[in-house]
Amino acid sequence: MNNLSAKAAAPLLEVRNLRVEFPTRRGTLTALDDVSFSIRAGEVLGVVGESGAGKSMTGAAIIGLLEPPGRIARGEILLDGQRIDNLPREKMRRIRGKQIGAIFQDPLTTLNPLYTVGRQLQETILTHLPMTPAQARARAIHWLEEVGIPGAAQRIDSYPHEFSGGMRQRVVIALALCAEPRLVVADEPTTALDVSIQAQIIALLKRLTREHGTAVMLVTHDMGVIAETADRVAVMYAGRLAEIGPVREVVKAPRHPYSAGLMASIPPLDRKVEHLAQIDGAMPRLSAIPRGCAYYPRCPHVFERCRVERPDLIDAGTTRAACWLHDPASEKQVPFSGTGSTVHV
Amino acid sequence: MANALSRALDSDLWYSFSRSPVTVASAAVALVCVLGAVFAPLLAPHNPFDLASLNLMDAFNPPAWMEEGNAAFPLGTDDQGRDVLSAIMYGARVSLIVGLSAVVFSTVVGVGLGLLAGYLGGTTDAVLMRIADIQLTFPSILVALLIDGIVRAALPPEAHEGIALYVVVFAIGISNWPQFARTVRGSTLVERNKEYVLAARVIGLSRVRIMLTHVLPNVLGPVLVIATLNLGFAILAEATLSFLGVGVPPTQPSLGTLIRIGNDFLFSGEWWITLFPGIALVALVLSVNLLGDWLRDALNPRLR
Amino acid sequence: MSDTARSQGAGQPPMLEVRDVARYFDVSRPLLQRLLAREGKRTLRAVDGISFAIPRGTTLSLVGESGCGKSTVARLAVGLYGTTRGEVVFDGNDLSSARADAAQRRRMQMIFQDPYASLNPRWRVLDIVAEPLRAFGLLPDRAAREKRVGELLTQVGLSPADGQKFPHEFSGGQRQRISIARALSSNPEFLVCDEPTSALDVSVQAQILNLMKDLQRRMGLTYLFISHNLAVVRQVSDRIGVMYLGRLVELAPSETLFEAPRHPYTRALMEAIPDLDMTGRERIPVGGEVPSPISPPSGCAFNPRCPLANDRCRRERPGMTRAGATLVACHAVEEGRDRQ
Repeated sequence: MNNLSAKAAAPLLEVRNLRVEFPTRRGTLTALDDVSFSIRAGEVLGVVGESGAGKSMTGAAIIGLLEPPGRIARGEILLDGQRIDNLPREKMRRIRGKQIGAIFQDPLTTLNPLYTVGRQLQETILTHLPMTPAQARARAIHWLEEVGIPGAAQRIDSYPHEFSGGMRQRVVIALALCAEPRLVVADEPTTALDVSIQAQIIALLKRLTREHGTAVMLVTHDMGVIAETADRVAVMYAGRLAEIGPVREVVKAPRHPYSAGLMASIPPLDRKVEHLAQIDGAMPRLSAIPRGCAYYPRCPHVFERCRVERPDLIDAGTTRAACWLHDPASEKQVPFSGTGSTVHV
Repeated sequence: MANALSRALDSDLWYSFSRSPVTVASAAVALVCVLGAVFAPLLAPHNPFDLASLNLMDAFNPPAWMEEGNAAFPLGTDDQGRDVLSAIMYGARVSLIVGLSAVVFSTVVGVGLGLLAGYLGGTTDAVLMRIADIQLTFPSILVALLIDGIVRAALPPEAHEGIALYVVVFAIGISNWPQFARTVRGSTLVERNKEYVLAARVIGLSRVRIMLTHVLPNVLGPVLVIATLNLGFAILAEATLSFLGVGVPPTQPSLGTLIRIGNDFLFSGEWWITLFPGIALVALVLSVNLLGDWLRDALNPRLR
Repeated sequence: MSDTARSQGAGQPPMLEVRDVARYFDVSRPLLQRLLAREGKRTLRAVDGISFAIPRGTTLSLVGESGCGKSTVARLAVGLYGTTRGEVVFDGNDLSSARADAAQRRRMQMIFQDPYASLNPRWRVLDIVAEPLRAFGLLPDRAAREKRVGELLTQVGLSPADGQKFPHEFSGGQRQRISIARALSSNPEFLVCDEPTSALDVSVQAQILNLMKDLQRRMGLTYLFISHNLAVVRQVSDRIGVMYLGRLVELAPSETLFEAPRHPYTRALMEAIPDLDMTGRERIPVGGEVPSPISPPSGCAFNPRCPLANDRCRRERPGMTRAGATLVACHAVEEGRDRQ
């Protein structure tokens, strides 16, 4: 990352107090609540959490593809200082693709099986960039080469089903990047792939976004992928941010007890442990999120204040954590920091 | 019991039902038709089959609100002096019995064969599905006419009279099973590879037991929808056959029979004899079909 | 096999022994289409000649990428599939004859990957867990069965009252516990676990892995554990087999495999895993993709992606050779080319 420009630059994406609600007949569910973060140009923000924590929904809200009846109830999303959460459908569609690229878990949902990959790339390029069809085709070939598809000039007229799973995901990446967006939202881009292919895709995504200075929001449940790829990490729990900070800090010395539990429960590759650290219980359903801190029923460090009062993100050393342990006003013993059950003071 | 009721009222199905005015109206119409038919002996003003109570003097009475109408016969009378309203109620009874029996018949045959084809696969599947394909190339009314013709030719007329009802049920039912069989086969192919079926196979349960206890309950959703939509069709098919004179015997007139009888008088001015049974038929079939449509949408998770 | 003989312990036969087993599937198109397109029959060699044994009370894991045949092995091991070649021996008896006997069948059970598909959605948990009890006639008395189900549910960390609920009322991890309770209800000795934690969140995965290890310790269970996740496999296994395209390429005691992986594919697999400690570090991913098992490469199946491949590798299929405690199918290892 280019340090100088990154430090100086204002955030490319800014999410402020985002709240997403799902009206149902049993009442309104709050799927995301008070989510705030930002991503600078050229930066990769990893978003992790259990399924249902709201990480994919955050991505969907940013690209304007919330599934109905979900709606943004409060807060704002700014791209380069401009609000994009309240744009009309047509305007948002133009921003998607030109300014924001999207990569999803299953390449088959992104690619149209009836058109050749070349036609789909060309169409995207022509929609967003001032080019002649011939120029667009040349550019499409260039992008297929960029994502490492051998014989790109020949394969450009192939249909999606003629590619293997890993190759298809490369095509999807080409499709997301070909209009040179400034932000890419990648939702579990490697989950459907085998480990050896996954490594190739991650390396590719990393290289391309670095070369083009693209900001990336990388949503995944795979902490290894985050550790390798992200500059900063946001940990989500029950629709809220639990912790956000530099990747090394969050992975190695998490400040929020949930992040700590999450990191500790990852089985290590380099040794065998008799008993894996585990978080007992399960994440609450959206319809039954407790008052106070959503994590308190499972938290080993819970105290009175956690049950009644909801914590906002609080400075906790180099990261920010939504945990009362880090509030100087809390009448609690030691500030918490550490991995697993070991607490470093 | 109260528990089950409150659960039913809380279910998604009830929610979607109560939010659709068309569906509620259809259900009301269907309910009136069914209740009128079921309780015809109690509710009908006259017994149209009691020859002793028929009086030719009452023949060709127009509906009660018309000038020559008689309040005793709200929808008028036919050429025999039968009360049209009572005839409709009794006729709907026959129509419903034939329709329901035919649907039950095709459901049982179709679901059974569909389960076998889907679960056993291979040659069983290929043979059953080709039979279904062939069956589907014949219009179902043609199949019904064919079967009725064969039975008529094979049996003496007296014997035919006795079993005519069963012949109609069989004829309509047999022409409809492929639809059930195909749907059930499709769902079975999906379910049979699910892990809960594998778990049952690991235990070593017999194929019949797995089909009946595991697969069957999980493929019944779409069957319910098709059965409802088919009920409308079966009632209509019966009416068509009866209208053509090859359906139920005239001693047990169905709505179709009534329409045919009344048809003879349509041009001599006694329109009510055929019109009211016709309206009853349309109301019944339409409401049942609308209920079926709703059920299909309500049970389809993709449309929700 | 010598490996088998060594690991048997006090003269008891291993819980499961797989001898040169192959399983092919006919994936040809229907006859008419095949004739029109002038194609021959197409055979998918899902498993192509593998051998291993699992001593009692231990865990053997099979790892590999999708399409390597590990799930097929899981199904062969409980008799859901028959073999095309070779034999599967369960506790000294041929598996197919053992499967014919309910008393033997009761001793083997299976846990599945997808907690949302492995429980019949129309059944109450009580009936789901009690199904093996009923099928094997273990507890004819209804009250006794319900009591036993209560015990089983408690054993896997749920409450007896959960028996009255339906599967959709539970989270993925809880469903997997129900699945385990069902598998345990017939008092099995041998459990085949097909990716039991792959569909779960990582914090829940730890719960389930701990539960499975705990049950093994307490009940002396034998596991055949199928997974694509090497880190998970390391936590549960005594021995590990690495599969590639229907074949075992390496079979070694767990610690040996991780300390000194021999086969180039095993090494590539380990190299590919993103590691939490490597924040920011670049890795060199293995190139290429897994070839189709319908038309596998000649010779060693890994040769198109292998940095050590030579002519012999492209020509001749390597057999299993012993290298210390490890069995490995690689010409390069056999010839010592991997150490240069």
